[in-house]
Amino acid sequence: MYNKPLPVPDADTEPFWTGCREGRLLVQCCTACEAKRLPPERFCPHCHSVDSSWQAVSGRGTVYSWIVVRHPVPGDVYGGDVPYVVALIDLAEGVRIASNIIDCDPDAVAADMAVQVTFDPVTETVTLPKFRPV
Amino acid sequence: MWALKDKYAIVGTGYTDYSKNSGTTVLNLATEACLNAANDAGLAPEEIDGLVSFQLNDSVPATSVAAAMGVPAVRYAVDIAGGGNAANLVILSAIAAIEAGLAKNVLCYRAMNGRSGFRLGGGREMQAHGITQFTAPFGWITYPQAMAMWCRRHMIKYGTTTDQLGTIAVTFRDNAALNPRAMQREPITLDDYRAARPIVDPFRMLDICLESDGACAVLVTSAERAKDLRHKPVYVMGGAYGGGANQGDDLFDCLRWADHSENYAAYIAADLWAGAGVGPEDVDVAEIYDCFTYSVVAQLEGLGFCQPGEGPDFVQGGRIARDGALPLNTHGGLLSEAYIHGLNHVVEAVDQLRGDAGPRQIPDAEIALTTAGAMTCGSALVLRR
Repeated sequence: MYNKPLPVPDADTEPFWTGCREGRLLVQCCTACEAKRLPPERFCPHCHSVDSSWQAVSGRGTVYSWIVVRHPVPGDVYGGDVPYVVALIDLAEGVRIASNIIDCDPDAVAADMAVQVTFDPVTETVTLPKFRPV
Repeated sequence: MWALKDKYAIVGTGYTDYSKNSGTTVLNLATEACLNAANDAGLAPEEIDGLVSFQLNDSVPATSVAAAMGVPAVRYAVDIAGGGNAANLVILSAIAAIEAGLAKNVLCYRAMNGRSGFRLGGGREMQAHGITQFTAPFGWITYPQAMAMWCRRHMIKYGTTTDQLGTIAVTFRDNAALNPRAMQREPITLDDYRAARPIVDPFRMLDICLESDGACAVLVTSAERAKDLRHKPVYVMGGAYGGGANQGDDLFDCLRWADHSENYAAYIAADLWAGAGVGPEDVDVAEIYDCFTYSVVAQLEGLGFCQPGEGPDFVQGGRIARDGALPLNTHGGLLSEAYIHGLNHVVEAVDQLRGDAGPRQIPDAEIALTTAGAMTCGSALVLRR
């Protein structure tokens, strides 16, 4: 059974997670000022409009920063996963997302490395967006 | 901007033993530290009328401590929801309360069983709500994992190396060896640092602060009241709290932070120094928030001790040692004294400015800097004897 933290979607984030389940990476876009934002939130931080739409993005991005987790916390949950990579990824469309870099030697991850989203259905209801080198 | 230069003072400090297992309650720790601080100042508990603390759901309310101390009339009690970022904010809050006439003598404390009780680095929450929906499901959970991401960005931008960070760990341990309060007093070398267990690249075990049971407290009052108390007052020259846009909740709500190679310090420096009327060049000793080695670098750069990117070189060559140009973390810091969330840095600054630091005393220390915070928000004080 999957025993890692799972997102609990709320009123603001539910479309994002639904998109992932459907294999689409969505970012929120302000209807009023057109600024894109992630993570999702009700008020546009630029113009405070509450009107927004969801736009599918390319899923292409580059590595802004990354860590390699070697000591698992909690140990019984991540013991089988270390070493694993968490990265901040700058998406081509101008927003930043945190995720894992998979299908890659952790020691080979580098700044500005080009990555592409891939979708990992970890449970029946939750699909996580992850990234692999291209 | 701060407009109360030298009008308020720290007149007492108190602390418990710092340990891995206190064997007692957080309330008892808080009460002991607060009573010690009042006693150190020469003020009876009856004269205490305000308490300010900070916590992350791991401590006891100010009103409970007041009751345990036998404070007859609490006129100001605040529990700030915050971590290290708030360790100097509690003192600014106490001063604001006294200035407003709400209270006269205010204790600021931090108390926790941070090792035997609730461990901040624990990461047990399996339901990721709110912002953590976008972090925790990827196994990005603990403080070391959070801060390592910021450190890496500094490395990418400026070429910072782990050996450069190692100097910080080695220097602070050297100071802790002379501090009877310190939990880790065994000196270490750079080779020990290199050989330490990798935790989360780029951090090894010796980049990461301790986990501690314990409490400390400081007593704040007006400069006028401070005149005839037991010790020479330590005056608050200046103070500031803040950070950049999109501060969020500090730990992981940093996805929209503009540049992860700099932290809150860059945003409070101008207010801090202008309010205090002095600059980095005037500081004799600095107690810098060191939840991780790297956080010291970001704060030195942000506060203007050196330019962005120069911090890793700045801390080399003995400059931050006790006999260097800018002695740092003379008690050993969070890395080697204890993790009392940064309020222990204020206790040490007071020791230094009173000339009470024993073998680790910086000769003729007149002006001290304390900082609190590592990521999106934080606070700092300039103190003088």
